[in-house]
This record gives sequence, structure tokens and C-alpha cells, in this order.
Amino acid sequence: MTGLLPKGSMQRRLVIQLSLIALLLSLVLFLIVRGMAERAAADTQDNILAASATSIADALFAEGGQVRLELPYSALSMLGTISEDRVFYRVLVDGETLTGYDDLVAKAALAVPNQPEFSTFEYRGEQVRAVVVTRLVGSQSQQALVRTVVAQTRLGLVQISSRITLWAVAIGIVFFFVAAGLSLWAAHSALAPLNRVAGAVTRRGPSDLRAVQTQAPAELVPLITALNSFIARLKSSLTRSEDFIVEAAHRVRTPLATVRTQAEVIHRGLEKSKNKTALREMIRAIDESSRSAGQLLDHAMVTFRADQLQTEAVDLRKLTAETVERLSPTAELKDISIITQDQGGDFGFDGDPILLQNALRNILDNAIKYSFSESDITVAIGRDAHNHIISFADQGRGFAGANLSDHLQRFKRGTNVNDIVGSGLGLTIVDEVARAHGGRVKINNNTDTKGGGACVSLYLPLV
Amino acid sequence: MRVTLFTIGMILSSFHASFAFEVEDHRIYTAPMPTQTIRVISTADIAAFDPLIRTFQSINQGITVDYTVASSTEVMAAIYEEGAPFDLVISSAMDLQTKLVNDGFAQRYVSSQTAQLPGWAQWQDQLFSFTQEPAALVISDALFAGLEIPKNREQLIDLLRVHPEIFDQRIGTYDVRTSGLGYLFATQDSRNTDSFWRLTEVMGRLNTQLYCCSGAMIDDVYQGRLALAYNVLGSYAENRLAHEPGITIVPMQDYVTVMMRTAFIPQNAQYPDVAGRMIDFLLSKPTQESLVETTGLPSVFDGASDKQKALRPIRLGPGLLVFLDRLKRQAFLRNWENSIRQE
Repeated sequence: MTGLLPKGSMQRRLVIQLSLIALLLSLVLFLIVRGMAERAAADTQDNILAASATSIADALFAEGGQVRLELPYSALSMLGTISEDRVFYRVLVDGETLTGYDDLVAKAALAVPNQPEFSTFEYRGEQVRAVVVTRLVGSQSQQALVRTVVAQTRLGLVQISSRITLWAVAIGIVFFFVAAGLSLWAAHSALAPLNRVAGAVTRRGPSDLRAVQTQAPAELVPLITALNSFIARLKSSLTRSEDFIVEAAHRVRTPLATVRTQAEVIHRGLEKSKNKTALREMIRAIDESSRSAGQLLDHAMVTFRADQLQTEAVDLRKLTAETVERLSPTAELKDISIITQDQGGDFGFDGDPILLQNALRNILDNAIKYSFSESDITVAIGRDAHNHIISFADQGRGFAGANLSDHLQRFKRGTNVNDIVGSGLGLTIVDEVARAHGGRVKINNNTDTKGGGACVSLYLPLV
Repeated sequence: MRVTLFTIGMILSSFHASFAFEVEDHRIYTAPMPTQTIRVISTADIAAFDPLIRTFQSINQGITVDYTVASSTEVMAAIYEEGAPFDLVISSAMDLQTKLVNDGFAQRYVSSQTAQLPGWAQWQDQLFSFTQEPAALVISDALFAGLEIPKNREQLIDLLRVHPEIFDQRIGTYDVRTSGLGYLFATQDSRNTDSFWRLTEVMGRLNTQLYCCSGAMIDDVYQGRLALAYNVLGSYAENRLAHEPGITIVPMQDYVTVMMRTAFIPQNAQYPDVAGRMIDFLLSKPTQESLVETTGLPSVFDGASDKQKALRPIRLGPGLLVFLDRLKRQAFLRNWENSIRQE
């Protein structure tokens, strides 16, 4: 993973934006609820005031040229039904007080009969809402302009309004939290396919270059298509370079064999020891190149087979024995004796015999290569609780370098290889084979046997 | 705790001399070590309120109570017109009390006690009821011997018509022109039933005696000068009846008007906090539970409305202002005078 620093988070941004929208909507909702409710409460008071003033105006009558009034009981009692507000009234006939509070003066544009007019002002130390209803009372000849003023304090309204405000706040807050919660959920579920695709890609093995097949919403299809086409290009480029290496290795190895044979023939016919030494150096270099080409081919083969692992039942004991047998002549050349230790039991395993053989051969080949003459190599086959373990311990120079596992990487060789021919691919091949079978390679230096040496163990899981 | 209290009765202080309203009675309950003096103006007799004041003083040390008794109309005059500086106004005339509060002469008072009052028993957090007193028909047992006791106002009218010889000059009721409570009862009657005006006319034809106060009417019923008294304070009659037989309180089945005695703290009160404590005291559980025993006044929490379905409590609120309207009052009194005075 590269150190890709995320620039913001889509989910967080989505949640913040949705929450801000929810906040705004809550505020709007609060204002609307409060505004409407207060309007309704104020209208209610206005309606009752108007009803009261109208019922007083309706009770006006003319008698002997004079305007008279029998104040209806309901005119004032109805004002006490919804609140405990103070009530004031005044009836004026042509500007003169007929009855009521002499100092109650309400603004009223002159005389639009039957049309109640509302106003708000201060009276006796408190805000009052007042209504004026104007009537013409009397016969045609003697008409008097009568104005009825009814006023009421607004304490009840203030109470209602503060209660409504409280409710509106509560509604706003609840709305906000519900909306914020839903936006959290919405953001999460909107981004879920993205996470799913990311998860599917992340879970893949390092060499898995198949196209991504995850179900994804329309918005992600371009991304996945792009990703797949990238993977396809990567894959073809990788295949091309592998093919190229195989081809190159192949083409180099065949002429090298011819060159080596010719060099041997010449070497045999030469007299001068100086020329002989030079030719031996040449043959050595040819061997090294040939071996590298062989390793490269092996590696390409291992990579290919590991990618498309075909397993069958194999007997690890038999495979090990075959490997030991095949390499015995080489060991004998250096007077190295191979000691086999068998823990006994069943060593059946599901795997690719060719790969496994290749791995075992590489390990043993290495061991022989780095062993001194007349030393021992111990091949032990056994198991622990979870694995078959096949280990090869030699008495050679062992591994050098701080990090032993570096030896498993391509073209990495120990710092103490000196004159030994090697490509740096042997243990890499072993490692890839072990991984392809779900196992691993453990390398360490012997400490228990005399003279030290390297120990390479192949761990393969028990079925 | 032993409470030693002395009353200095009947001293009309120079305080009252500076005002024109008429004082019926006055007493100062001096505390042993007085720190504050609250002035209470009330329509309730000293005799009725005496135990309450003493208990209040035993709970609240150092408070001298200056108790003035006046009729409800004089209470109105004292506060509304003269602005007399009282700390607490207690009156049985709910309409006048409501007008005083409505016109801004009272101040708000909220406490845990007032919060316990039901909504109908208080108005604007300023006016608080602490009793529920029904208006009653009181009859003389002696003079009603052999007569059927009326169950409602229609039967009462019939009875009066049939027996003018018994009832002539032997009916008593409030003079609604001078008594605030009488006016309140009469106006509520006029709202409640159409037969009120017929009853008034019948009573007028029988030369009804007019009284200022319930006490005087009950006295006259006991002494046989009256055969019946209409719209008497039932609580007063029951008090007397508990000590002395001779009268009957007739339970009217059409309806019974129920008045609530109310208190408020005037705007210009000198010690509104002490007055508030007095209100709390009046509304407190112990006071309310023993109210009938100590004063004869039924508690505002009394489930009186359960006993008789015909109870019709007067509602506090702006409706009470209607009959205080100048024109309305003039018209009502004119009608009433025409009915009751028939030469």
C-alpha cells in the first residue's frame, strides 16, 4: 500500500451536507410552525373580540331619540373562556361615552359600519388588543354614530405563544435528529457499493488479475470498467514480459549448451595450463548463465502453474526420496552423504507434484551447492500439529545477512556466496510453490549441529 | 406554643379618619414583638375571622394584623376611589373584586399554595377564592307550621301567592341597592331563571323588608319578625342553627347560587410578601380543613358540589363585569325597584 493520504471523506461530507440541510429545514419548520400557530392564536383572540364587540353593537337600540344599551352577559363572559385576560370596553355615541371605561381610546379610521377594526396599544400599563365596531343607530332622521370598543390584554396570547414556541422548538429538534440520523444512514448505504468493490479488490491475492465481477450500481460501472480494462492491460503486459523472459532464456540456453560442449572439447585438446585455466573460467561462466536461464524458465513455469494450481494426491515421502535419489550423483561428486530421517506416518498431500518436486530439488540443490566436500546433509521428513515439514540441513556456510527472509526475494542472494554459481531465484521458486499450496518456507541457520550450516524447511498444511 | 395576644378593639385610628369610606368595625391584633403591620380590609365579621387571625399570628411571629370590616360597596370605594393603602382585600362580592383586579388594582402572587387552587377558584394569579358559600332560603319553623316547604322557586311563588296573610311584611331579602353581595346574588338569579322577576314582584306585593346584611335577616327570622329570608348566606345560617334551633335552611332543587369569598393583594400594598403569606395561610390544608369549625365558612376545596347537584357556583371572569356596567346596573336597579316597591 502506498501512503495515499485521503483528501476528505465522501461519507463525512455527505453527512455534514445533509445535516446542514436538515438543520436549515428544521429552522424553517420551526419558524413556520410558530408563525402559523401564533397567527392562529392571534386570529382566535381577534375573532372573539370581534364577536364580543358585535354582540354589544347588536344590543344597541334607540329609545326616545336616545341610544340605549343592555350589555349582554355573553359579550364579556365569552372573553373569559379562553384566557384570564383583563377586559375593557367603551361605547361612544357621537364621540360621547355612553358606558364603559372613559379613557379607553382605540384608533379607528372613521366609520366603515360593521367592519371590525383591530389595533394594539398600551392601556393601563399593559399591551391590549382592541377592536372597534361602528354602527349607525336610530331612525333615518335621528341617526347616531355608535362606536363599540372592546379591548383585552394579551397575557393569554403570550402564554400560548411561549407554549407554541416550546413545541415548535421540540418539533424542530426532533425533526433535525431524525433527519440527521436518516442522512447518516443514507450516506452509509449510498457508499456501501463503493466499499464492497474496494473490499473485493483488496481481498485479492497479489497475483490475482481476474476482472472485477462485483455487482455495482450504475454510477460505479465506469470505475469498474476502467479498473478491469486496467487490470487486463496490466495482465497482458505482464504475460508479455514473462513470455519474453521465457523466450529469451530458452534461446540463450540452447546455444550455450553447444558453446559449452565445444569449449569442453577445446579444453581437452589444450596443452598450456594458462589457456586451460582461461577456458575453465569460460566454462564456469557458461554454466552460470545456463543455470540462470534454467532457473528463469523454472520460475516462469512455477508462476504459471501456481496461478492455475492443479492438485492431485501425492506422497511427500516418495517425492522426497526421488529428489534425493536424483541429486545423489551430484552429491557424490563432492563426497557429500545425504542422510534421510523419517518420522513415519502418512505423508499424503494434495498438490502439484511437478511444483513440489521442483521446490524440493531447488532446496537440495542449494544445500549441495553450498556444502563443503565430505560433509553431511540431513533430509528430515516429519510433521507438527498443522503441517508436514520437510527440512534440509547442511553443514555449509549458512545464511548471512541481517534479514533471513530477504533470501526468498527474487535475485537476492546472501552476502557470503562468494564464488558459488547462483541466480538468486531458487528460494524464490520454493517460496512461491509453498504459498501456492497454502504453506510457507522457513529458513534459518543451524545452531545445534557442529559447524553450523543452513536449514531450509518446507511447511505444507495437513489436509 | 402559647400565644398571648391582646386585642385593642374598636379604636378607630387616625388612619381611617383620612378616608371617606364607611368602617363597620375595626380591631388591631398586636403581636408581642411587632415587626410588621399588615392592614386587611374585609367584609367578614371580626367574630368569624378572629380565630383565623390568631392562628395566623401564632405561625407568623411579629406580625400585627390591622383588621377593618366594611361592606363590600365600601370596600370597593376604599380601593377604587380612595386608593386606601391596604395589604390584603377580602370580600364576598365577587363581581366587585373581579372589577378591582380587572382594572389593575391587584398584583400577581404565585406560590405553591395558589398553584394547588383549581382554575375556577382563581383569576389571573391575582384573585384567590378560599370559601364556597351558597345563597340560601331560610324559613322560620314556627311561622311555617302546617305549610308545605317549597322545593324550588316556582313553588315558593305559589306559596307566597296563596298565603299573603302569613307572608305580608314577613319576607326579608337584601337591599340590592346598598349591598354588594345582595346585588351579586340578585343578578345571578336573573341570569339563572326567568322566575326571578316574578318572585321579586310577588315579594314586592307582600311588602318585603330590605336588609343590609345576612346576620340581621337571620336574627329576624329567629325572632319571628320574618317568616322567610331569601338569598341569605347559608354559611351564616348554618352557624346559628348549630347553636340554636328554630329555623330551617331550605335546599332549593332548581339551583343554588354559590358565592366564593376572594382575596387579593392591592397594587399599593406595603407588605405584599406578608399578605402573600396570609393568602397561603388561608389556602393551606390545615386552615381549609378546619375552616368550617373555626369560622363557619365552607372550604373552597369542600366537595359541596357533589352533595347537591343544583349548586351553581358563580364563575370568576369578565362576565362578572357585565352587571357592574353603569347602564346595565341602572336598568337592573330600575327594574328591581319597580318590582319590589309597589305602592
